[in-house]
Amino acid sequence: MELRAEKLGFGYRRHAVGRDVDLAVRAGDVLCLLGPNGSGKTTLFKTLLGLLPAQGGRVVLEDRDMAALARPDIARRIAYVPQAHDAVFPYSVRDMVLMGRTVHRGLFAAPGATDRERADAALADLGISDLADRDYTRISGGQRQLTLIARALAQETSLIVMDEPTASLDFGNQVLVLEQVKRLAAKGLGIVFSTHNPDHAFSCGSSVLVLENGLSRAAGPPQEVLTADLLSAVYGVGVSLEVLQSGYRVCVPPALAR
Amino acid sequence: MVPRQAGELKPGLALSLLALIVAVMAAAAALVGPYPISGEQIASAVLGRLGGQRDPSLGQVETILFSIRLPRIGAALLVGAALAAAGAVYQGLFRNPLVSPDILGVSTGAGLGAAAGIFLSLPVIAIQGMAFATGLATVGLVYAVATAVRGHEPTLVLVLAGVVLGALAGACISLLKILADPYDQLPAITFWLLGSLASIQPEDVMTAAPAVLLGLVPLVLLRWRMNLMALGDEEAAALGIDPKRLRTLFVAAATLMTASVVAISGVIGWVGLVMPHIARLVVGPNFNRLLPASMLMGAGYLLLVDTLTRTMAATETPLGILTAFVGAPVFIWLLATGRRGW
Repeated sequence: MELRAEKLGFGYRRHAVGRDVDLAVRAGDVLCLLGPNGSGKTTLFKTLLGLLPAQGGRVVLEDRDMAALARPDIARRIAYVPQAHDAVFPYSVRDMVLMGRTVHRGLFAAPGATDRERADAALADLGISDLADRDYTRISGGQRQLTLIARALAQETSLIVMDEPTASLDFGNQVLVLEQVKRLAAKGLGIVFSTHNPDHAFSCGSSVLVLENGLSRAAGPPQEVLTADLLSAVYGVGVSLEVLQSGYRVCVPPALAR
Repeated sequence: MVPRQAGELKPGLALSLLALIVAVMAAAAALVGPYPISGEQIASAVLGRLGGQRDPSLGQVETILFSIRLPRIGAALLVGAALAAAGAVYQGLFRNPLVSPDILGVSTGAGLGAAAGIFLSLPVIAIQGMAFATGLATVGLVYAVATAVRGHEPTLVLVLAGVVLGALAGACISLLKILADPYDQLPAITFWLLGSLASIQPEDVMTAAPAVLLGLVPLVLLRWRMNLMALGDEEAAALGIDPKRLRTLFVAAATLMTASVVAISGVIGWVGLVMPHIARLVVGPNFNRLLPASMLMGAGYLLLVDTLTRTMAATETPLGILTAFVGAPVFIWLLATGRRGW
């Protein structure tokens, strides 16, 4: 299973956001998408998910052009994890996860016993079985993010696209979510995620794509691509890289380190 | 399984209890009224009709029961259930708990048709037909305007178009009221706009019921997918459904249900807004259970209010007034004490 973008142009009908982006994600890959605010990350994701039509080039999913695939065909192959949001209505965590099963059921069917088993298995996989009967509106942001990841697992796709899964989470919950990203990739899932923290690319990404003003600024393995110069240029602040004793690579802003 | 909250009923049990309560209320409502009818008389009249043998001594009882009381009870149940179901649909579709069945202008549109029918001194059946047609046409127009205005949040445009065209229809109604004959037509228009089941005929229920059922079919069949609509278009699409097509279908179904009951009952507010809320508090937001719970509660509530209006005083108060008097305090109480969000 492979998701590929070839010379992809993305944006809206009268408003181009980006162009000429190439990327590829295979089973077991973690592609980390970096880029400053307004660089077009979310629009690129929507295009990769087939929610927006490509404005140039193409998205290829499993050797088929995305434009030729029907909604259910896409949803059986790629799952989408949005940023943890407020739900309007107090669905239970189990019901939220069960919604991921919709594409595997008939048009008129409600989820059955098998689906509940799959949903409970996904919750157990992420270690949040105890939340199953709680209201989604009454759990923490980190728990919501894990619930949405569980929903993607219940959808049983081989690729997952996550839009800033660590945004607005506290430090502990960020680590928890990134741990799951690594673990799921080790199990053979292909994952694309965006983040504002370049450290995340070093800790989780098998490859990285740096987006700037809708153009691909750099792409490749994080250790090779993410240099101090590149990060300084892209984010507009001085950045230096340090390797800790454990081998863990971190970005340090010298302006704050003094 | 750990219960979500202490004292919360299992949803299945809650639904059965609701159904039982509504059935008991319907039976009780058949007993009360200005002309006393006993339970035995009702039983023998109903059995007699079912068995095809009529008891001649029950002549007047039969007339009152089958021509007046039962149609009215049936209408109250039908109108309440339809309005509450439409309310539950619209609140989910527009992801907003403050939305009611007339959000897209169906009630004001129907009101305009009815007012025009009364103004032209048309027969009752034609007035109902016009109310139904203009109610549907208004929503169709709202939908057309919203589709023409592209590039914005589709839900917002739809609601705004509903508000604007509703206001326009309201202005047309006011104009008709000024032009109407103040002794004959004006009271009729006003009374219709306040909503009432006082002049309901057995045929009214028979014509509205199939349309309500027709609207209910897609809601029941696609009940699970309705839940996904509450997540917003993009998430719903990423989960594998077509939100645009589903929204059009759900809006059409809910509008059909609303327009067909508004045509026989006039404009009755509050049921469609408040009942889905209370239902959500009892059975949760899952549409599989929310739809039947809302319908049962809407049916029971309107039956209760209508039975009160026809038995409390010699002069009937229009239903719309009483539903607001009861609905507004209940809604404020809900807002103040809501524990679970919406």
